Amino acid sequence: MRGLIVTFYDFAISPFIEFAFMKRALIACLGLALGCAPIGVFLVLRRMSLMGDALSHAILPGAAIGYTLFGLSLGAMTIGGFAAGIAVALLAGVVTRFTPLREDASFAAFYLISLAAGVLLISARGPSIDLMNVLFGSVLAVDDAGLLLIGGVTSITLCALALIFRPLVAEMLDPDFLRTVDGRGGLYHGIFLVLTVLNLVAAFQALGTLMAVGLMMLPAAAARFWAGSVGRIAIYAAGIALLAAWTGLVLSFHWELPTGPAIVLAAGILYVISVLCGPVGGIIRRRRRHRHLEA
Amino acid sequence: MTGPAVQLHDVTIAYDGHPAVHHVSGTFLAGAQTAILGPNGAGKSTLLQAIAGLRPPDEGRIDLGVERRRVAYLPQNATIDRTFPITVLDVVLMGHWARRGGFLGLGRAERAQAEAALAAVSLEGFAGRQIGTLSVGQFQRMLFARLLVQNCPLILLDEPFNGVDDATIGDLLRLIAGWRTEGRTVIAVLHDLAQVRAGFDQMLLLARRCVAWGPTVATLAENGVATGHLAEAWRDDASWCAA
Repeated sequence: MRGLIVTFYDFAISPFIEFAFMKRALIACLGLALGCAPIGVFLVLRRMSLMGDALSHAILPGAAIGYTLFGLSLGAMTIGGFAAGIAVALLAGVVTRFTPLREDASFAAFYLISLAAGVLLISARGPSIDLMNVLFGSVLAVDDAGLLLIGGVTSITLCALALIFRPLVAEMLDPDFLRTVDGRGGLYHGIFLVLTVLNLVAAFQALGTLMAVGLMMLPAAAARFWAGSVGRIAIYAAGIALLAAWTGLVLSFHWELPTGPAIVLAAGILYVISVLCGPVGGIIRRRRRHRHLEA
Repeated sequence: MTGPAVQLHDVTIAYDGHPAVHHVSGTFLAGAQTAILGPNGAGKSTLLQAIAGLRPPDEGRIDLGVERRRVAYLPQNATIDRTFPITVLDVVLMGHWARRGGFLGLGRAERAQAEAALAAVSLEGFAGRQIGTLSVGQFQRMLFARLLVQNCPLILLDEPFNGVDDATIGDLLRLIAGWRTEGRTVIAVLHDLAQVRAGFDQMLLLARRCVAWGPTVATLAENGVATGHLAEAWRDDASWCAA
């Protein structure tokens, strides 16, 4: 038993104690897990799961412009990415509001335009080693500024979500009701979209545009199988995201795997386990439902 | 029954230029229970949405005798996602929104009110249940419990008994009758004449325009339900309305 604990410690814990870059990566992932996962829960419940995907791609040209003008500067790429994400969200919102086109379709249109512009800008710049960095991130190379950005975004996200939690839930559950008792449904939705973009921008330098959504959506979708209220689902999602990040970091450390995909794949495995074994609507649980109580 | 609860001044509401409600004027009396009847496409739901403030009239004006926040509206087949992870009690507690807003805490008094409302619709013991586990009738009872908590002087119901069992309809009609004694104004879109006779003293016969509006017994006697002759299809060759 003791040997097992020692082996586990050597395998899963000591890397974070011995190596500063692993410690930093874990802290970055802790922040991202706490901020991104609850956002993902709201996206899943709003049936906007693909919205995270769309917005993460929409960020690309902004980050690329920042990169083209200022080189590999975190500040420039962050501000550029944030501006591009907000622009796409706003334009899509305007089209949804004033035309019969649904939200998903208008988002798809603008993010595709944005993505194409981003790839064009990056490839015009030169060799594609940078592109790989932008697409897949570099969580093992997060510096102090990056950590501060993630910490700041996470703090803002948690405070804002706590504040508008009830209106957000009401707006998702019964938008017509909210419109009759409180005219600010659009404001809450807008704040939520800004939070989504902020988190994607924070996650993007660590995990890359392609992988950032993974830590947002997979734990959220998995958590749905473990709890029956929005608040609890959000807590489970953060926990699952953290577990995935830790597992992914450990595996990528020992087996020299690319970190971003390792984390997202770990989240994917946790998702599959949740779908199968989750107590709230999981497949195995459903199949065992033959037993029933007295009427 | 004194004074107006809602006044319609020459209200027209159109979809793509085609009027669903065409130059309707009139008064919903305060404290009265008014049923809106009419064929499909007569503009009943549209008019209710306009009164609820969800859709501005294209022409004319709607004056409310009460504050906008004191209007409770139950839409037709409420667009609630039934797989949403939330309990019956939490949905009913939303009824406090107009008074408590979305940020203030809800204390023991609010919770007690919500539980009393659940008891009034015979849903004792359902507080902790997920909404996805309710039957259609129970779901509608829950929404009525939320209306009770909203405690509004003006209540708008859009086909509240669609797909609901007879026992539940009976209970909910008794609830509406209770609202009459409490002096609340009810405006409901209905189809069933027996329900209208039983619980509604005023009725509006709508076929885009106002066909008849008055005390239920007299209006029914004069007009029957002979409003089925409304052409439901849009007339694309119609000329622009000059009124």
